[in-house]
Amino acid sequence: MTERLATRTPPEAPDRTRSRRIDVDWVRRNGVYVALVLLLAVNVLITDNFVSEGTLRLQLIQVVPVLIVALGMALVIGTEGIDLSVGAVMAIAAALIPLYIGYGTLVAVLVAVLAGGISGALAGTLVGRVGVQPIIATLGIMVAGRGLANLFGGEIKSIRDPGIVELGTGSLLGIPYVVLIAAAVAASAWFLVSRSTYGRRLVAIGGNQRAAELAGLPVRRVLLVTYVLCGLLAALAGVLLAARSQASDPTKLGLLMELSAITAVVLGGTPLSGGQVRIAGTIAGALLLQLVTATLIFHDIPDSTAQIAQAVIVVAAVYVQLGRKKAKR
Amino acid sequence: MLETRGVTKSFGGVHALRGVDFALTRGEIHALVGENGAGKSTLIKVLTGVHRPDSGTVRFDGAEVEFHRPADAQRAGISTIYQEVNLVPLLSVARNIFLGREPRTRLGLVDVAAMNRRAAELVGSLGVNVDVTADLGTLGLGVQQMVALARAVSVDSRVVIMDEPTSSLEAKEVGTLFDVARNLAARGVGLVFVSHRLDELWRLCDRVTVLRDGQRVHTGTLAELDRLGLIAHMLGREISEVARGGATEFGETHLREQEPVLAAEGLEVRNRLHGVGLTVRPGEVLGLGGLLGSGRSETVKAVYGALPVRSGSVRVAGRRVRPNSVPHALRAGVALLSEDRKAEGIIPDLSVRDNIALAVLPKVSRGGLVAEKRIDALVDTFLRRLRIKAASPAQKVRELSGGNQQKVLIARWLCTEPKVFLLDEPTRGIDVGAKAEVQALIDELAEQGLAVVLISSEMDELVEGADRIVVLHDGTVRDELSGDRRTSAALLEALAGVAETNEEGGDD
Repeated sequence: MTERLATRTPPEAPDRTRSRRIDVDWVRRNGVYVALVLLLAVNVLITDNFVSEGTLRLQLIQVVPVLIVALGMALVIGTEGIDLSVGAVMAIAAALIPLYIGYGTLVAVLVAVLAGGISGALAGTLVGRVGVQPIIATLGIMVAGRGLANLFGGEIKSIRDPGIVELGTGSLLGIPYVVLIAAAVAASAWFLVSRSTYGRRLVAIGGNQRAAELAGLPVRRVLLVTYVLCGLLAALAGVLLAARSQASDPTKLGLLMELSAITAVVLGGTPLSGGQVRIAGTIAGALLLQLVTATLIFHDIPDSTAQIAQAVIVVAAVYVQLGRKKAKR
Repeated sequence: MLETRGVTKSFGGVHALRGVDFALTRGEIHALVGENGAGKSTLIKVLTGVHRPDSGTVRFDGAEVEFHRPADAQRAGISTIYQEVNLVPLLSVARNIFLGREPRTRLGLVDVAAMNRRAAELVGSLGVNVDVTADLGTLGLGVQQMVALARAVSVDSRVVIMDEPTSSLEAKEVGTLFDVARNLAARGVGLVFVSHRLDELWRLCDRVTVLRDGQRVHTGTLAELDRLGLIAHMLGREISEVARGGATEFGETHLREQEPVLAAEGLEVRNRLHGVGLTVRPGEVLGLGGLLGSGRSETVKAVYGALPVRSGSVRVAGRRVRPNSVPHALRAGVALLSEDRKAEGIIPDLSVRDNIALAVLPKVSRGGLVAEKRIDALVDTFLRRLRIKAASPAQKVRELSGGNQQKVLIARWLCTEPKVFLLDEPTRGIDVGAKAEVQALIDELAEQGLAVVLISSEMDELVEGADRIVVLHDGTVRDELSGDRRTSAALLEALAGVAETNEEGGDD
């Protein structure tokens, strides 16, 4: 190792930037786990009743929507894209449930989730085939989607269907269904990214789209699938959120969810420049975000302050990424 | 007016410029030429304040100047016009010309009427007929270049540097651009003109400076220099060597009398290729020669389906390949090692292993899952066969040297078991050792029956490496050298277009 360093880096200056890069890289990769452990420790020390089944259970239930959306978002960001429409898609899915609940629980849930897939297909087509920038394409869908949700839903509707209520509040062996579903989604996402052909293609496209095209990869198809998956997951999150609150509020549900999801992904060390997807990091990022909000609530700090805290975290996380990029030059 | 004295610039130990003297006088149009990597763009970047010289000075109006950033050079009156127009396509012509310096009304609003009037006067004075209220993006590229020139005039530029402004223009647009450029020169502006279309130089420029390997090798008037002489300077060959003509270095052509495995016909790409055709037999190395911009890379990209063709056909082993589709070309057994390793080749943050396995993913996948063991075996084979130096297959490919990156890419394509391998500048930018290895590999592959198309700017590589050389010029096949005509001298003549003019009995 020392031999290689001695022969390969004659001047001193690059050496310095190199060690700095490793530091920043390490923070980017593992910072989220360190922060999560620290914040847990702080809460154990200063928050009353933090270590109780009720508290931990509630935290897990509350993190579910962000986590599921963030997992889809991580795939999209891996392709060097972004999906701003996830919050609106959640609202659409939730608004569709009261409309279709007459056909039975299963039908209503399927219709709602499929709507997310359709929205994702639209985004994927715009990005992959038409060549619209992801941020523009999904911004349009975000605005139009929120309008559509209002159109479907009108005002707040409560959902009393026993199947939906069971989905939102029931549990299996003491673990809430929603947490089990989130865990299943996370495991599938991990499997997809690390084991499937699709996952290999996804990171290759995110790393260098032109090179991927020249290597004969089906770039358009991979982009389409990615946005469809993201839409499906956002809709699923919308359904679960509506099921838990037993209500669908098209103007509020999923509002700013895109921001939380992106934050969780970035905190988890997935670079916005694409080419990498970190599933474990994304899970930790979502948990960290949830714990920050919860910590502030435990100590009676108002919601608006919590939002500011979230903003600070976003900026810090993005800064760490940029710091890495600059050091690379 | 603008000059450099003994400018040296190196990047990480590689000299891009070595003691270059360059002088531009008032009212002249000065051509700057050289092959890729000769140092043209570095010199321009020094003149425009993008790079600072390691040693040597830049002088402007007789005084030594130090440009720390591009804005400094612009303020001093040096404008640069690039191949891609860097103006705002969604604003009007007038807005673009006055961007950042719009005339204001008393209320501080943009005085649109005055701006349009002045813009119209300005473009009119340059002899361009264009509606200044039209959005720039709706106009042709040629007009956009003209607007960029008009902007340069309106900021009272005293030096305008044009970096390959004509490479995407139609012939008529080029004519108008030249008129404007001459008009500027007549007003005392000094122009530096970079173009790889050599014919244009004689039409437009007064003097020429030739760079080669970071050094200035010639400066003089173009009137005193013919085409062959200029190319000899660019490529570093003696004119006498060229004049000898028809030297008799017999090459060991080992053409096999087999049906061609690759047959391309009548490839047409807008502004780039005009009916190029080639055939390659199994075991044959076909060299593709030509100066910059002659359409070499475009030809192989068109064959590979990566550059949309208007018409033309590609057959591999007798079967017609669906045009404009990389996956179909790949499946038919064509592989392309692109010239631009960074932009079109490696995926920097992926591992060596994943980079190698990229193109072969469908073949090593079962039911949507990757067969990791098959990849490991494949990667292992090629790491050893090509002697790729990586710490492990898991190392990120961006951490490798250029030569090893190139070998990773060659491995990527060999995994696909191609019948035809298109190699675009396979040895550019890699160290001497790796270069020799790559050259030996090309020979070996051909011996095993692969059909190879080799593009190289290095004459020796073409002459020694290829069995037959097709020379391109302006998107058409100009000449084909085989047998005893496969010599440096003949190639140089073909590149310069001597053979063609001799046959026609004319001389330009």
